[in-house]
Amino acid sequence: MSNTRGHALALEGVGHAFGSTIALEDVSLSIAAAELIALLGPSGCGKTTMLQIIAGFLRPTKGEVLFDGNRVERIPANRRRIGMVFQNYALFPHLSVFENVAYGLRARKTSSAIVKTRVAEMLDLVQMGGFASRLPGQLSGGQQQRVALARALAIEPGLVLLDEPFSALDKNLRLDMQIEIKSLLKGYGVTSIMVTHDQEEALSMADRIVVLNKGRIEQIDAPDALYDRPASLFVNSFIGHANFLRGSVTADDCVRLAAGPEIRLAKSTQHCRGSAVVLSVRPENISLVDSNKPGAIPITVRATMPLGSVNVVEGVTPTGEAVKINQARLSSIAHARVGSGAWVAINDMTAVGVFSAPAETFSVNGAKEF
Amino acid sequence: MSGSATHEPRQLLPALPLAALFLAAFVLPLIVLVFISLFRTPQFLELSPIQYVKFFRDQFSVTVLLETLLLGAEVAMLSLLLAYPIGLAYLGSGKIGRALITFLIILPLLTSSVVRTFAWIVILGRDGIVNSTMLTLGLWDSPARLLYTWGGLVVALTQIQLPLMALPVINSLLRLNPNLVKAAEGLGAGRFRIFFTVVLPLTVPGAIAGWLLVFAAAATAFITQTLVGGGRIVLMPSYIYQQAVGVQDWPFSAALSLIFTVAVIGIVFLVGTTSRRFARGIDAV
Ligand SMILES: Nc1ncnc2c1ncn2[C@@H]1O[C@H](COP(=O)(O)OP(=O)(O)OP(=O)(O)O)[C@@H](O)[C@H]1O
Ligand SMILES: [Mg+2]
Repeated sequence: MSNTRGHALALEGVGHAFGSTIALEDVSLSIAAAELIALLGPSGCGKTTMLQIIAGFLRPTKGEVLFDGNRVERIPANRRRIGMVFQNYALFPHLSVFENVAYGLRARKTSSAIVKTRVAEMLDLVQMGGFASRLPGQLSGGQQQRVALARALAIEPGLVLLDEPFSALDKNLRLDMQIEIKSLLKGYGVTSIMVTHDQEEALSMADRIVVLNKGRIEQIDAPDALYDRPASLFVNSFIGHANFLRGSVTADDCVRLAAGPEIRLAKSTQHCRGSAVVLSVRPENISLVDSNKPGAIPITVRATMPLGSVNVVEGVTPTGEAVKINQARLSSIAHARVGSGAWVAINDMTAVGVFSAPAETFSVNGAKEF
Repeated sequence: MSGSATHEPRQLLPALPLAALFLAAFVLPLIVLVFISLFRTPQFLELSPIQYVKFFRDQFSVTVLLETLLLGAEVAMLSLLLAYPIGLAYLGSGKIGRALITFLIILPLLTSSVVRTFAWIVILGRDGIVNSTMLTLGLWDSPARLLYTWGGLVVALTQIQLPLMALPVINSLLRLNPNLVKAAEGLGAGRFRIFFTVVLPLTVPGAIAGWLLVFAAAATAFITQTLVGGGRIVLMPSYIYQQAVGVQDWPFSAALSLIFTVAVIGIVFLVGTTSRRFARGIDAV
């Protein structure tokens, strides 16, 4: 088995409008062969639209799609050799598992002997060898998904597209399937794009994540980079949890928080003096401290939750900004009693994001709930 | 179709008036019909199953029955062939196209079948539209006989009964998960393969429903059969009418009616159950 059977894929200025709704606006990206990409974004941001354009089910209103550097606009969907796994799997309900997996091979007029061995091979790959004669309706969700993947891989696709492949599974099974499918796709060496609106899924599975918002790409980066260095407030609020603290720039590297203290940044900002900014601090980068520590922010504790290895403390600043703190279990949180006052401080200033404050009254903490 | 069959008696209450109507308008007359058919002579003298023996011994009567069933089947088949292109066109159309197709399908239902039948007489007659067009174009030398022919009857009945087929087929097509078609396309299937391996099998329930409706309606369409078929084609409905009103042989015509009813219901039942076995798994669409 060669390890790069996948196409390299590029989109150049791709846009799509449904009538007057612009679903996708000027999207450009390039994906290397055998890469696993997650397409992440809130509902309605154009993820499915982008997938349908790549698969050839939709013709983009503008822009180009290229496989290995060749334009594919003239290649119809049924000749693109793309393995597609649909949200609810879209298995043919009237055909057995065997016939479902064989469908793409038969459509390519493969001889029945080869169909037989190839289907058996694919079913073994997804550990569904014993279910060949079942109908899809007689399988569990996870089993259906495996069959859908086997069906997609059976045609030796250059590209596999998965549209919210795990959304119909319950949480435990989802985790198992994520690991399993990732290793299957990786082992198969096929280029894959997986749509999701679950950031954890994207972080745990993908080589790189494309964050889409309102039809535009916000950022393309590796999971770590996306988490540590989000390019925009949107990405920051969408990936992982973050506390947002308002303030204004008082010097090159100083911000006075609305909640009280003045804070010295790790490096000077590009924001001019006096401009309103939002600092983003991850919950693990903030901890409860004594009141006399410089830069300490006063909060009122609203809730404490012991969640196994960490204690989560939720508080609110005098200016009403919610603050979430992940405190290591060992440290004493005796002074974080619900309803009482406490002080928090930022641990590592290099991991703090500084963004200009959004013009509209945009609830940054609510930004994840679209 | 896994609806539970357990009903509270009270839940059945609203169905009572309909049940009463069914009893009074269908079951009772049927019982009367059975009773009448069991007399030996038109004078209602002696009870005997002789009418049924007479029917099955008579080559002519059996032929009339078979031809009537054949007519129903042919019309249903032709409607089925037409319904899919119409349904697919509907599916592929935008809002305006769909409204237009719906209107064209519903339109015949809004006119009475007598009117539609007369329209066909105008079209198929010796001086009708088809003949005059073909003669003017010089394609035919002399007017062809279209009216009072089997082919003319099949065509006219198909047009008249088509809505009964097109509506259930369109309904099934609309309920088909569009991702299944995309999945097939993505796997490399062309249009014909997609139609025969995915669309057709998964819309079989609608096609069967339409087929049965058209079959029953065409086989029993007394007015159209009589007017478009003329006196030359004898079919069960007109045969029954002739025996009852013309010959005044009520026991025999009652037997004819019952045999015809049982034959139609039997075929409906047979086609319905065998096809349901083909349609396994489709509920999960
Ligand atoms: N067939 C269509 N006709 C009109 N508008 C559409 C159509 N399909 C999608 N849209 C619109 O285009 C935008 C993007 O839709 P898309 O389905 O790509 O979103 P998505 O990111 O996949 O969302 P979700 O996570 O909810 O699946 C939405 O505003 C949607 O309403
Ligand atoms: Mg979607």
